Amino acid sequence: MTENSQSKNEQTPAQPAEDQPAEDLSAEDQSTADLRAADVSLDTAGGMLEPSIVPVSSQSGGSGPQSSSLVRRIVMGNGFVSVLAVIVALFLGGLLIASTDAQVAKTAGYLFARPTDFLSALWAAMTESYVALFQGSIFNPRQGLQPLLETMTVATPLICAGLGVALAFRAGLFNIGAQGQIIISATLAAYVGFAWHLPFGLHLLVVIIMGVLGGAFWGAIVGILKARTGAHEVIVTIMLNYVALFLLDFLLNTAAFRRPGDSSPISPRLDESATFPVLIPGSRLHVGFLVAIALTYGVWWLLNRSTIGFEFRAVGANPVAARTAGVKVSRATILVMAMAGALAAFGGIAQVAGTEKVLTGGVAAQIGFDAITVALLGRSTPWGTFFAGLLFGAFRAGAVQMQIQTGTPIDIVLVVQSLIVLFIAAPPLIKSIFRLEPKKKNKTPKAAPKAALVNASGGAK
Amino acid sequence: MSATTTAPKPGSTALPAFRPSMKVPLSLGILALVALVFFGFLGPDQTAEMKISDAGDAVAVPALMIPGQVGGVVFGILLLAMAAYSIYLWTQGERSPKWLPIAFAVVFVFALLVWIVAGARQPSISLAGLVAGSVTLAVPLVFGSLSGVLCERVGVVNIAIEGQLLGGAFTAALVATMTGSPYIGLIAAAAAGAAVSMVLAVFSIKYLVNQIIVGVVLNVLVSGITGFLYGTLMVPNKEQFNTPGRLDILPIPLLSDIPIIGPILFEQSIAGYLMYIAVAVVWFGLFKTRWGLRVRAVGEHPQAADTLGINVNATRFWNVTLGGAIAGIGGAVFTLVTIDTFTKDISGGRGFIALAALIFGRWNPIGAFLASLLFGFAYNLQSIIGIIGTPVPSQFMAMLPYLVTIFAVAGLVGKSRPPAASGIPYVKG
Repeated sequence: MTENSQSKNEQTPAQPAEDQPAEDLSAEDQSTADLRAADVSLDTAGGMLEPSIVPVSSQSGGSGPQSSSLVRRIVMGNGFVSVLAVIVALFLGGLLIASTDAQVAKTAGYLFARPTDFLSALWAAMTESYVALFQGSIFNPRQGLQPLLETMTVATPLICAGLGVALAFRAGLFNIGAQGQIIISATLAAYVGFAWHLPFGLHLLVVIIMGVLGGAFWGAIVGILKARTGAHEVIVTIMLNYVALFLLDFLLNTAAFRRPGDSSPISPRLDESATFPVLIPGSRLHVGFLVAIALTYGVWWLLNRSTIGFEFRAVGANPVAARTAGVKVSRATILVMAMAGALAAFGGIAQVAGTEKVLTGGVAAQIGFDAITVALLGRSTPWGTFFAGLLFGAFRAGAVQMQIQTGTPIDIVLVVQSLIVLFIAAPPLIKSIFRLEPKKKNKTPKAAPKAALVNASGGAK
Repeated sequence: MSATTTAPKPGSTALPAFRPSMKVPLSLGILALVALVFFGFLGPDQTAEMKISDAGDAVAVPALMIPGQVGGVVFGILLLAMAAYSIYLWTQGERSPKWLPIAFAVVFVFALLVWIVAGARQPSISLAGLVAGSVTLAVPLVFGSLSGVLCERVGVVNIAIEGQLLGGAFTAALVATMTGSPYIGLIAAAAAGAAVSMVLAVFSIKYLVNQIIVGVVLNVLVSGITGFLYGTLMVPNKEQFNTPGRLDILPIPLLSDIPIIGPILFEQSIAGYLMYIAVAVVWFGLFKTRWGLRVRAVGEHPQAADTLGINVNATRFWNVTLGGAIAGIGGAVFTLVTIDTFTKDISGGRGFIALAALIFGRWNPIGAFLASLLFGFAYNLQSIIGIIGTPVPSQFMAMLPYLVTIFAVAGLVGKSRPPAASGIPYVKG
């Protein structure tokens, strides 16, 4: 205990000075995967520092210790577990589909007489839906790769909002509020999109700026309340989601947001000059997707190459140490929430200026909530979030086709998504299912999280 | 340095010195001024009629007639007096008593009500109907927030209230239809809520997954499963799976004829009576029994509790499970009392309002109950506003619970402090 705190005192004052070399070091790592580089530099500032001594968990504010250690575990868990988690979740989802299938029920009636019938019915029920899902999201003989373009379109806002959630995670903050941030940004962006008539190019720029300002403002409220009063960001973001929803509902019932002579709550169509150009004619894929790629790169750069990003990660890893090292924690909290809001805002902009082109009460759909699962699946790394967004985009796009073809309700996607995240969040569970760890009788699940925790706290003991 | 669990929660700030915060007197003062100016001086000049008893009631009570402007001024002065008392106490270095903000809230809400009704196109409402409707809407919120209280008091954050309510609502509808008895449905709903809670407990206690993440994900999972089964089972076979019937209303003779409080207290279904019992039992259990002392110890300082021989994780597991069962009963209210069919996502975010109520009620069963009533009232007022037609858009009424909660957690309306170990998993050693 005393040793630890002493060595902490010795090393922390030196940290700001080492900030620069740390970045240089991680720049050398460029060839390795960014994920790995991020972890190394997060743990040890590129090898310049010893692993952190104070547990990750002692972060400021109400969110509680566990959140950041979990974030770190998410970041550090291995990719293999993610793949297995997806497979297990798909399998369980398939079982749920099969459980309500008439043919399966019929053959189950004579299960012991002819088990093969039952198994083949089970297999058919499970695969039928997933084949339809695949055909609706990636490739089918009739349309070629057209569904893939739709997947990319649907994934665009998911990626943007997921990045917002992931960025906040890295700073140790739970941004449950992507939904509200999307709504506010979409509202502002749509308003300037249909109410102002500006020249081509400038108009889209104004739309984007207004949307980003709206999202950043909605996010910054959370950061300010957290930094100034210690209000728990989870509670505040959940409440702000609802405030945003009702605000949008109210605005859509005012004359300013309705179509002339129409009382239904739907805005006029955005001007042509206010929308993202379509990338590939014949599809809905728009330039917003390229923006999402750029943002992913931007967040990666921010987190791994910039001083601000370093501060964010330091705050997320250990706010007490970060404060000792001269990081302004409250400023970082406000800034990271504003940035998270701005990122989520691009999701809202992509919805109104790209995919939908009008503002409705359901403009944000479930995107803000899906974004949380996207960020968790992507282990809060920018590129991980990008691919997780594509995967969930595929689920979303394919589910529509699946419902039409097989009658399987879209909700199965929610089940699969949440199972994936549950399994990923609990690596010991998935490892014990597949016996990936040396098995001590009945002790595997208990031993594993302890080990993980010790790792997460930088080998504190 | 015993690993990640022992870290004290740095929290917002250090403990305040023995000088009471001036946030309470200050915010009461501002609110009182707002009431005086907007409800009083700028108030509507119509007279608000508040009917207390309906035409068919045994005891007839004349309606309250309150002139908008004069009433607003009177209420405003009353509120100012309460704020002044609070400020006086502050100058004496004393905290405002607990009843003061509650009394202030009641008068403020009444002033707001008069202002809304007097400004409406049709300045008349039935007070009895308003209050009874509010209680009906508040029942699931009360159950949900009690679940939250039980979980958070033992150190587990329960974001999954929404999922527990939804799971309870679905199971109640399904089982009540299949067995033909709403009472069995009610029990099944409790079991379903407990099952959702057990997942929360296992993942957060055994696998040490962040409780907030499990909660968020569980809400999605339950929404997905119930939505899926609703689509595949209930929509095609409504008769077979989705006609649960209702729990009978069991009026208590004579008592149920009392104006206003009669229908609230003595003319409920079994779920309504259970609500009052649950609030009382949870309050008594938490604060007056050995069990409650242990629960609170585990939630505030698990190490100390463990040292005294309390099995921290077992206590947490069973408490969270019990909380889920209570929330499950609350969910059953949707499908067995309010309406008699299940629809997709029938809980519609009520779980989060319950969460808000528990925070606003400061992690106390009675507080959570009162906050739930207030939020139920806001819900009800929102629909009444639509009917009587006022200048206040109903959406702002709908926002109120959420805004109030933000103010509450930001410490602008008193200080709400969660149990110290809430959200922190306990690893022995």
